[in-house]
Amino acid sequence: MEVLSVVIGALNEGFVQTLKLFFVTLLGALPLGLIISFGSMSSFAPLRWLTRAVIWVIRGTPLMLQLIILYYIPGKLMGYSPWGTGEAGRFLAASIAFIINYACYFSEIYRGGIQGVPVGQLEAGLVLGMTRRQIFFKVTLLQMVKRIVPPMSNEVITLVKDTSLARIISFQEVIWAGQAFMKTSHGYSGLLWPLFFTGLYYLVFNGVVTVLLGRLEKKLDYFR
Amino acid sequence: MAILEVQNIEKHFGDTRVLEDITFSLEQGQALAIIGSSGSGKTTLLRCLNFLERPDQGRIVVSGETLFDAADPATQREEEVRRKRLHFGLVFQSFNLFPQYTALENVTLAGKLLAKAQPDFTARKKQIFAEIEAHGKELLDRMGLADRAGHYPHQLSGGQQQRVAIARALALHPDILCFDEPTSALDPELTGEVLKVIRSLAEQRTTMVIVTHEMAFARDVADRVIFMDGGVIVEQGPAGAVIDHPQEERTRQFLARYGGN
Repeated sequence: MEVLSVVIGALNEGFVQTLKLFFVTLLGALPLGLIISFGSMSSFAPLRWLTRAVIWVIRGTPLMLQLIILYYIPGKLMGYSPWGTGEAGRFLAASIAFIINYACYFSEIYRGGIQGVPVGQLEAGLVLGMTRRQIFFKVTLLQMVKRIVPPMSNEVITLVKDTSLARIISFQEVIWAGQAFMKTSHGYSGLLWPLFFTGLYYLVFNGVVTVLLGRLEKKLDYFR
Repeated sequence: MAILEVQNIEKHFGDTRVLEDITFSLEQGQALAIIGSSGSGKTTLLRCLNFLERPDQGRIVVSGETLFDAADPATQREEEVRRKRLHFGLVFQSFNLFPQYTALENVTLAGKLLAKAQPDFTARKKQIFAEIEAHGKELLDRMGLADRAGHYPHQLSGGQQQRVAIARALALHPDILCFDEPTSALDPELTGEVLKVIRSLAEQRTTMVIVTHEMAFARDVADRVIFMDGGVIVEQGPAGAVIDHPQEERTRQFLARYGGN
């Protein structure tokens, strides 16, 4: 029993880090994705091409590789690591890599949501003498949100699990904490089960996320 | 004096000329039907009147005020255009109701937003909104939709949705109400209820411009008819004359094909 409480204590500590990375990524990537989506729809062609090229590179390469590059390459180039050595530095690097990566995915979802609102909605607002600002906030925004909730839910659930990739730069999230027991951690050695036990954390948390996003979807169900 | 004067409107999409030398006028209280086959430019013309398209040439004059002059950029500023749009109302082929608002909210939304610009808005907000809502309900009642005020668009039939759209267009008291093929997106059994509403508006001397494929309806309801083909007005005149005794060969061919007679 003693071992169980020790392992759970260690995994809880790791999962707090997981949650920190998850929420910081959402907080950063949700608005940044909207800005990137505006760039990818810009009528100024060079900006549009540049934005789409960035999206292509970020979505076209593994997040794990992006983490490694962002964390190690600046140190190699400058001779010292801008991230420092501790967990705080790893968290900062992981957050930046995750925010950029997820913002690119979100931007494509936003673009679909914005372009999916029929142009007739804008025109109906215009002929009623509404300003473009009023039309965006009073007419198209909610329709866009309704459209993006299902694909967004998918990405958010993927994000919960993707946080484990930060383990590659030794960010001490829950998988890292579980894996540590395979060698030695908190006085125990050679334990395999704590690693598999982490699966339960993801499962429960994703259950909560699914229910919450399902509620949001249902809330927007009153119109079509 | 004519309430609407359209002078020498010309419009290109790229190299394609879609409207050429469109000139006509309309008297207060008259209904004008614009007929013609798909691609003849009639919808583009209607969109020009509502400033959804900008003509390359020509002028649009309402009650003596030049609302648009292709040669005068001062008439084309966004803020100006927004105000001038209110002279016109537009009912779309595909309704374009706002799905997240109830029928009544669809009718009152724009009025409530516009009311914010009134100088006494903060002092009289409640009263102003109550007036707008009472007017909205009255309009829905006139459309035969008094019991549908709280319904969302997806809970209404196509014919009901289009009648809400007509109430919405009427809510801002436009000088001229435009219809873009108002029954084309409807099942045949639902066109009657919409045409009936437009007919009653005509009886109340609402000034209207109606783009339509319903020839019998155009002849009945419209005072004047314009037949368009290839971006030009081929023939215009009193409704009975154009539809029953067309002078131009192209008009005759079109009417024969549509079997309106």
